[in-house]
Amino acid sequence: MKLKLATMALGAIMAAAPAMADLVFPSLSYRTGPYAAGGIPFADGYADYFTLLNERDGGIGGVPVKLLECETGYNTEKGVECYESTKGEGALVYQPLSTGITYQLIPKATADDIPIHSMGYGRTSAANGDVFSHVFNYPGNYWNGASGAINYLLEINGGDIKGKKVALVYHNSAYGKEPIRTLEELSKKHGYELSALPVDHPGQEQKSQWLQIRRDRPDYVLMWGWGVMNQVAIQEAANIRFPMENFIGIWWSGAEHDVLPAGDAANGYKALTFHNVGRDFPVFDDIQKYVVDAGKAAGAGDQIGNVLYNRGMYAAMLAAEAAKTAQEIHGTKDITAAMMRDGMEALSIDEAKMVELGMPNFGPAFNVSCENHGGPGLVGVTQWDASSKTWSLISDFKPTDTEVIGALIAEDSAAYAAENSIESNCK
Amino acid sequence: MPDQLLFGMEVFLNGLMAGVLYALVALGFVLIYKASGIFNYAQGVMALFAAMTLVGIMNGQVPFAHLINAVFGLHVTNFGWTVPALLAIALTVVVMIGLAWMVQHFVMRHLVGQEPIILFMATIGLAYFLEGVADLMWGSEIKTLDVGLPQGINETIDRVTFDAFGYGFFIDNLDIVATVIAALLVIALVLFSQYTKQGRAMRAVADDHQAALSVGISLDFIWVLVWSVAGFVALVAGIMWGAKSGVQFSLSLIALKALPVLMLGGFTSIPGAIVGGLIIGVGEKMFEFLVGPMVGGATENWFAYVLALLFLVFRPQGLFGEKIIERV
Repeated sequence: MKLKLATMALGAIMAAAPAMADLVFPSLSYRTGPYAAGGIPFADGYADYFTLLNERDGGIGGVPVKLLECETGYNTEKGVECYESTKGEGALVYQPLSTGITYQLIPKATADDIPIHSMGYGRTSAANGDVFSHVFNYPGNYWNGASGAINYLLEINGGDIKGKKVALVYHNSAYGKEPIRTLEELSKKHGYELSALPVDHPGQEQKSQWLQIRRDRPDYVLMWGWGVMNQVAIQEAANIRFPMENFIGIWWSGAEHDVLPAGDAANGYKALTFHNVGRDFPVFDDIQKYVVDAGKAAGAGDQIGNVLYNRGMYAAMLAAEAAKTAQEIHGTKDITAAMMRDGMEALSIDEAKMVELGMPNFGPAFNVSCENHGGPGLVGVTQWDASSKTWSLISDFKPTDTEVIGALIAEDSAAYAAENSIESNCK
Repeated sequence: MPDQLLFGMEVFLNGLMAGVLYALVALGFVLIYKASGIFNYAQGVMALFAAMTLVGIMNGQVPFAHLINAVFGLHVTNFGWTVPALLAIALTVVVMIGLAWMVQHFVMRHLVGQEPIILFMATIGLAYFLEGVADLMWGSEIKTLDVGLPQGINETIDRVTFDAFGYGFFIDNLDIVATVIAALLVIALVLFSQYTKQGRAMRAVADDHQAALSVGISLDFIWVLVWSVAGFVALVAGIMWGAKSGVQFSLSLIALKALPVLMLGGFTSIPGAIVGGLIIGVGEKMFEFLVGPMVGGATENWFAYVLALLFLVFRPQGLFGEKIIERV
């Protein structure tokens, strides 16, 4: 009897725990709550890419991938709970998918020797790997976004935006306030006039802000929005007849669901991006064949090619490539979180690799180093076509103002290092 | 006329319009509180549920499609037809009546005689339940709601004010429609409660449950009626707000906009909800216009509550609420 019980208990443990060889990637997703419309396609893209690797390639380096999805509802406390409940499962890297959760996890994950990848969000100065040893925000961050927007304005104005009025409509939160300092510094450099208009959460009522824009008549409006704020802002801009081609959102304000509710009025709206858009990439054919058609898609399979699905898939690809790099560096297939960190720090993405992965021109080429966890910070611009209901990339991925951004990153990360008594990670 | 004065007038008018939208949400709270003494925390979610149901019916979406597909291995999403807006609204009203019956039958009738806080807690549970059911039934994606309501600047007002003052005022057509609909809704509610048998019964229940029971009024029926009317008001609010932002989860948060209105106008007065909405709408917009730039903006959310609290200091029952006198 005792032997039977012991066998059953052992069997149960073996069934519950991941096999030792599994590479565990947690997915802190939000499929419920006010931001679910953005969370679902990202989570689907992230999951589907790993499913593709399992189904097509037998995993990463022949080791199957196990995805641990945990629902955060975009709530910081739940996000931390998700981290605590999954980190013991052999988690290799966390994508917190929320600036608030990222801030909470930075000290925890660093202490636990688990890397964080906050791609295009989170603490911008984490790009300084010398201070933030376990946080990576390649290939771009918010300050690259701010600079990318201004560079684009310079480009379409023949290199001169002196005297132009630029308004920033932003989510009144740590996330929304991120670009202000950079835009202020850039305004000193380029001579444009900046006005900042905060919108309180959730952003359903923005009449005051848009009446002010109507009165002030800025030449351009930039937006750092998320959730319902994006849809309302685009509708309000259309209501006051603000020219959509002069309205540019950050990459979290540039998905299909942000523009569709405004219908034709959203035509011409622009958004920044650090990856390509659409589904015209060979990798999606593979996802369709090995994942969706096989009935193994995380969602209904109808999100492929959507902006946030692509972003989730791109994040998964970068994680998988970092895992491959870690396997090569350490000469073992069965990597740990610490090895994964090393892999992320040695990650190298070039166009040949992107072509090989079925993603030609999908994202910029870049190398990560101990000092630079932020990548190249190349930013592109996309534009919405309401008639075909598609986004198009209308510029190349272009460099941002490293002189201004670098100084800000150095200043902010130095303050963090001093507060937390952090010594150089790269010496 | 100085520019600032003109801008101030424009902001004032837009504040009035925003106030009407707040009042639309507050009305649903008032109806249920007045008839049953329940502060219905789920009112915002009811607006979400109603708007999602409306869009789902209009688009011919199969309810619970994800669940059906997962359980039976099917791939159904759509019936393949669309339903005209008016018919879809009528069908949504039927769904909201069904919901009202279920709320009364499965939740509220089992809690008769309980403390108000218990009833309030039950509505919190109902809110979470409805959120989940709405997601499961219609999906989480943002849906475009087009019932033919006009949106964008009203050209006539723009032209007339430009001719008169040299500055064209911005008034959103949707806000004008919302004002007309809110006015019609209030008139209909007043007529219903004053001149119909059911309306009088509703008022009787609101005044005194025991006395109403003793003269043969069915509490069950009246509460289903009240929740149905509140469901209808939620549908109207859901349409107005959903037309601005698309139908999405955040619609449930519009309840936050109704709370200061209720504090100010009183929980038991329909005119109070309207006047309260207008005061909050104008107050927050004018404060943002006059003081916002000096303090970094984003004052509207907190100022609405400050304004409501200021009124409470002088009239704890709200502007139009019933004064509670307890003799010992």
